[in-house]
Amino acid sequence: MTGRLVTTDVLIIGGGLAGERCAIEAAAAGHEAIILSLVPPRRSHSCAAQGGMQASLANCVKAAGDNPTVHFLDTVRGSDWGADQEVATIFAEEAPIAVRELAHFGVPWSRVRGGKNHYFIKGEEVDIDESLENDGLIGQRDFGGTAKWRACYAAAGTGHAALYAVDSEVVRLGITVRDRTEAVALIHDGSRCTGAVVRDLRNGSHFTVIAKATVIATGGYGRIYGQYTSNATINEGTGAAIALDTGVVPLGNMEAVQFHPTTLSPSGILVTEGCRGDGAYLLDKNGDRFMVELEPEKQELASRDVVSRHMQQRMRDGLGIDSPYGPHLWLDCRHLGEEHMRTKLLEVWDICRDFVGRNPAKDLIPVRPTQHYSMGGVRVNKDGQAYGLAGLFAVGEASCWDMHGFNRLGGNSLSETLVSGRIVGRRVAEYASGHALRADTGLAFAALADAERKAANWLARSGSGPNVYEIRDAMGETMMHKVGIFRNGDELQEAIAELGQLLDDCDNAVLRCKDPGVNPELAFALRLKGMLRLAMTVAKGALARTESRGAHYRSDYPLRNDKEWLSRTLVRWGAGDSEPTLSYEPTGIIDLPPGHRGYGSDERIEMTETLEKHNEDVLQEQTRHGRLASTEDMGSRLRRGAWKSATG
Amino acid sequence: MSDTATARRLRFEIFRYNPEDEDSVPHTDVFELEETPFMTLYIALSQIREKQDPGLQFDFACRSAICGSCAMMVNGRPALACRTLTADLPESIQLYPLPTFKLIGDLSVDTGTWFREMAEKTEAWIHERLPFDPDATEERMSDDVAAAIYEGDRCIECGCCVASCGLANVDDTFLAGAGLNRVARFMMDPRDSRSDAEWFDIVAGDQGVFACIGMMACEDVCPKELPLLEVYAYLRRRTLGARFVAKSDRAV
Repeated sequence: MTGRLVTTDVLIIGGGLAGERCAIEAAAAGHEAIILSLVPPRRSHSCAAQGGMQASLANCVKAAGDNPTVHFLDTVRGSDWGADQEVATIFAEEAPIAVRELAHFGVPWSRVRGGKNHYFIKGEEVDIDESLENDGLIGQRDFGGTAKWRACYAAAGTGHAALYAVDSEVVRLGITVRDRTEAVALIHDGSRCTGAVVRDLRNGSHFTVIAKATVIATGGYGRIYGQYTSNATINEGTGAAIALDTGVVPLGNMEAVQFHPTTLSPSGILVTEGCRGDGAYLLDKNGDRFMVELEPEKQELASRDVVSRHMQQRMRDGLGIDSPYGPHLWLDCRHLGEEHMRTKLLEVWDICRDFVGRNPAKDLIPVRPTQHYSMGGVRVNKDGQAYGLAGLFAVGEASCWDMHGFNRLGGNSLSETLVSGRIVGRRVAEYASGHALRADTGLAFAALADAERKAANWLARSGSGPNVYEIRDAMGETMMHKVGIFRNGDELQEAIAELGQLLDDCDNAVLRCKDPGVNPELAFALRLKGMLRLAMTVAKGALARTESRGAHYRSDYPLRNDKEWLSRTLVRWGAGDSEPTLSYEPTGIIDLPPGHRGYGSDERIEMTETLEKHNEDVLQEQTRHGRLASTEDMGSRLRRGAWKSATG
Repeated sequence: MSDTATARRLRFEIFRYNPEDEDSVPHTDVFELEETPFMTLYIALSQIREKQDPGLQFDFACRSAICGSCAMMVNGRPALACRTLTADLPESIQLYPLPTFKLIGDLSVDTGTWFREMAEKTEAWIHERLPFDPDATEERMSDDVAAAIYEGDRCIECGCCVASCGLANVDDTFLAGAGLNRVARFMMDPRDSRSDAEWFDIVAGDQGVFACIGMMACEDVCPKELPLLEVYAYLRRRTLGARFVAKSDRAV
């Protein structure tokens, strides 16, 4: 067993793509890095990304004319103008580098086949001659909400291939990975973070890691939706929860929760958007391809928020297919043929066979929208530096960097993990170079004692209190049904009351397992309060935001309101407070003025302030809300006006 | 199983041992559960833990047969629990942890350490010729070669092949199916600059492909249906070629 106190230069909490890529950057700069991971890193949820990684390589005919500016445009439109436009610019510019770097690390990207290729586009069979000149370059497929084919892919196992390649680099560099460990608290003095308290999930013991820089890379918080999520069981938002526990670090846009249109009914297992990208249809119970009429331009390939709402409405209108688990719709891949399904979409083939006993080349696939992605997370500046605590960084889905705003485009998250891993990793390395290790052991051991006391309290409590799994299930029902795809003030009020009750229940819950060692019931109980607090921030943010933007849809406020809500929600939970505190900062410097996304509703409440006026106060306002200075000035990476010449 | 049929009552006999508990001794416990439509072992084990024995240890993450966390012995055969439908099993179900890996507790084993050591031993990363150039266009590769590498890359390191291997069960240095497949995946990758002589040292020793005794349970149990027989044939051919054929022959 390791000692009770470990020191390192850089502590990375989370062994998925973002965390590992960040660790590589720190290690390559000569720093010692330790990665903590709930599971062996190759089992992280990054491995579940299926259909693609967006980067404007423009190697296919249908990708011709693509470039970072078009990618930027799609991303900001996809975000429903909730994104930080400078971050979206940096992201779009560096995504091609990240894809090519993965090729260098060994990802077997699907390649362009020069000559005649057979595609399905908007319901039509099309033959396209790919140029012989581009033969062997990295290929692209279509995805939702994009003007060009941009998703680079390895069959439908893109995340798996990327994660294995990046992890092999971690092994090559000899970076220490402590799998089966969980950071349960951050060590900080209110202004600087100096590491974390960690629970060893092999034996239940606790230890501390003191680091110059600490990085949260724990992924999303989908499991606050209980069973109504495509996320892995490990996506419980532990990193966001311990950041919220500090009382000084805000989370951004927690109400921005993505629902993926096509997850398997009833299990919620993801079926990639790549199916629709490759030409699959959505059908209702009458066999109608309803998306053609509802979204004539993009059809099945409108953004995820738009498609999920249309699907949910279809089912509300009684046009879903009934099942013992509630209604679903159909995904029709039959016309794509067996060969295509068993090569370019192999993982979908496997999933359909294993979990619903269906052959997607012959049978329809039962699908329905389910929670999928957390746009919200630890609020950071463009360097990945968390608001409020020096030395703390966040990266990937765990962060709110914020290139996704209120709706992430498919394939943009895989790109984000690697692009931001590179960028934030560099900043983390700089920070570690510029700062000495501050080994305040008193602070560390106090945090350790506190964590051990929490575990002991759970074990000491006896009697007939509520059961932690029942509290979790109740949270999931509340979140899906009252803080879900369609939201309204009344139901959100109810949700907040219910979550408040569940928080009380959590304080009185009793464990039935008192076994020494890891104790799986205790391990879950220790996360439960953090999950409920995250759920509360989502519900509170959703109630306060009286507009509809991206994935946040209020039936009682159906319009996007650029006059009053061109802002990012920040939420802190002060020590000892019974509820979280909301505040708002401008989304960032706006270059592309708010407009129509090109799909979904074209109605909105227009911005009245001029862009110049809006942009004047951004730095001051964000700084007031806790933003720490970035290495380069705010706005320095924007390409002002570049979008005017883009064809997208 | 149809909805109208009377639901079966399943009987689970599950291996139990908590190494962290001085009072724990290896034994099995029996649990009973009513079967529901589309019930998987993930659903069944979660129900047992949440409703009957909250101390039961097992591992799941993705629950969609892609992360490789949940391999265990199901009625004597290694399998991914998350994709095993109870409908495909008899009423009596025996669950044991995978052999060959260190036990963490009950059905949970330490595959992470085994696979990290294997990756270090075989240097399972691209040995590149040149450093990455962020300004350069990617090197070309034919789509057929990419597809062939991807086929080998699909392994999810669940450990089923290792657990089923007669040799790996008695010799913990043997690379087994997952290790040999990993080697082949890099060997066929034109981006990897290792010479045949270097490959020979990795593959030809006592831990490598010639030590395989050919029972091929690995291929039978692989949840990803990787063509391990072909993989071993490829490794043998390439390795023998390294001895008898000119070293310049690096055709895939």
